[in-house]
Amino acid sequence: MIAVQARRSHRTERIAVIGLRVAAGFVILAMATLLLYLAYEGTKTFYVDKFPLWKFLFSTSFDPDSGQVGSGVFIIGTLAVTLFAILVGGPFGIAVGIFLAEIAPYRMTQLLKPAIEVMVGIPSVVYGWLGLTLLVPLIRTHTNSPSGFGLAAAGIVLAIMILPTVITLSEDAFRSLPPTIKEGSLALGATRFQTIMRVLVPSASSGLAVALILGIARAIGETLAIQMVIGNATRLPMGIFAPTAALTTEIVTDMPGATEGTLLEHALFSMAFLLLVIAMLLIVFVRLALRKRN
Amino acid sequence: MKRNAALAALLVGCSAAALTAPAFANTSITIAGSTALLPLVKDASEAYQKAHPDVQISVSGGGSGTGINQVAAKAIDIGDSDIQAPAHPELHDNRVAVIGFAVVTNPDVKLKGLTKAQLQGIFSGKTTNWKQVGGADEKIVVINRPRNSGTRAVFTKTIMGSAVIDESSQVEDATGTVVSVVKTTPGAISYAAFSGTRGSGLNELEIDGVAPTDDNIRSGKYPDWSYEHMFTQGEPTGEVAKFIDFVAGSKDLVERDGFILISSMKVKETDR
Repeated sequence: MIAVQARRSHRTERIAVIGLRVAAGFVILAMATLLLYLAYEGTKTFYVDKFPLWKFLFSTSFDPDSGQVGSGVFIIGTLAVTLFAILVGGPFGIAVGIFLAEIAPYRMTQLLKPAIEVMVGIPSVVYGWLGLTLLVPLIRTHTNSPSGFGLAAAGIVLAIMILPTVITLSEDAFRSLPPTIKEGSLALGATRFQTIMRVLVPSASSGLAVALILGIARAIGETLAIQMVIGNATRLPMGIFAPTAALTTEIVTDMPGATEGTLLEHALFSMAFLLLVIAMLLIVFVRLALRKRN
Repeated sequence: MKRNAALAALLVGCSAAALTAPAFANTSITIAGSTALLPLVKDASEAYQKAHPDVQISVSGGGSGTGINQVAAKAIDIGDSDIQAPAHPELHDNRVAVIGFAVVTNPDVKLKGLTKAQLQGIFSGKTTNWKQVGGADEKIVVINRPRNSGTRAVFTKTIMGSAVIDESSQVEDATGTVVSVVKTTPGAISYAAFSGTRGSGLNELEIDGVAPTDDNIRSGKYPDWSYEHMFTQGEPTGEVAKFIDFVAGSKDLVERDGFILISSMKVKETDR
């Protein structure tokens, strides 16, 4: 009787292990397929159309009809909006993280946390729409930008969108510090502000780096919300309020009309592959930052 | 799509085996492509399905390029497009209506019309202020459609001539977006299908003194128009052929959605 039961539980355990392995294997398979497919399609620009890689990365002349797919404009556009977003949203997010972990009274944390969770759940099309209906007219009336669309509108929308990521992760970074360092600092007579700025922030620096890197990753990948407000103009951002385009917005704008097998389609795939490479690099940075902490 | 058909067949099979089968549609037609033609195809498909409950029609957008690509790849039955498909000679071109495009500006631009040469100057980026074409001293904000957009292709062919569209202008990717952006942006100019511009409150420009009206398109005076194409793999048969005929023949729907009946055209052109 016991032996039968033991054998049976042994069998269910083995089935469970096989099930888990299949699930894990499937994830790896899906990732590998995605990577290989994007690499295959994304390099056609270079080996089918013979467009040089350096020109793809650094030339700003994008006109597929005349054989030019220099994507410098989109790469710089992506970097510019991301930089804008992280410069505005990064410090702000970390500040809120400090506030939540160290200063906010319990009641306030209870109120803020769900609010931040809601921010994560709002679909990006809603952010984009708010940007289009509130931010763009605001920029148009208060600056010399004739349309209001452009880098600043996209950067501000992105800064708001990355806030939840940065806030949550930096709060976690502070909460995971051992309480003894804070107590030690306070015991030595440091004020709360001195403790936060001189002890807690440096100690949590690798966790804060992770918060910022994942915020950057979120910003680089965002598509719809910024496509609605960036202006989608194939030109370098000549000033903070000028229209430009990013890698993601260029893909989504021209994808519907890109005929299979054309240079335009290949170039869009190359941009998608480039985004994947950037995402992978960012994850490597996250790993490095975490390793430093351990 | 084929997969949908297979799924439907599977569902029919299963339910037939399990219970008495409910009435499933036994023909399905899948359509995708041009967003300009979308309103007409949608309305026609609803009317057609009401009259033929055994036919199931699914309609989606994606743009003219998507329509041509997908039907060429045999993923869908009908690919809608504002432009011809010279790259795919195997596709059968079914023309269902005529679509007109208007050049529109923000209402604050008080000009009644422009010449083709003036439009070429504006859209190629050489003319940048409304006062250069007789308007007020105000910056021109050009709004374009994406590369390979059908609306843009027709505009390029019928208005731009040998002039090249300035790639550094702002781009919005759907008729509806273009209309709302032009409406809210002072000094903005763009081009869009009649179905989107009519009743939108935008300033519709005359081109070389000819107003963008159905009659001016019928007589061949107004240049910016095209045929709407529903491409099929080879000559259409069965319900697909019947549906295409239905779209082209629905006078009420065609006119209500802002299109022009092909049979009412006085000018005949083959290469649009």
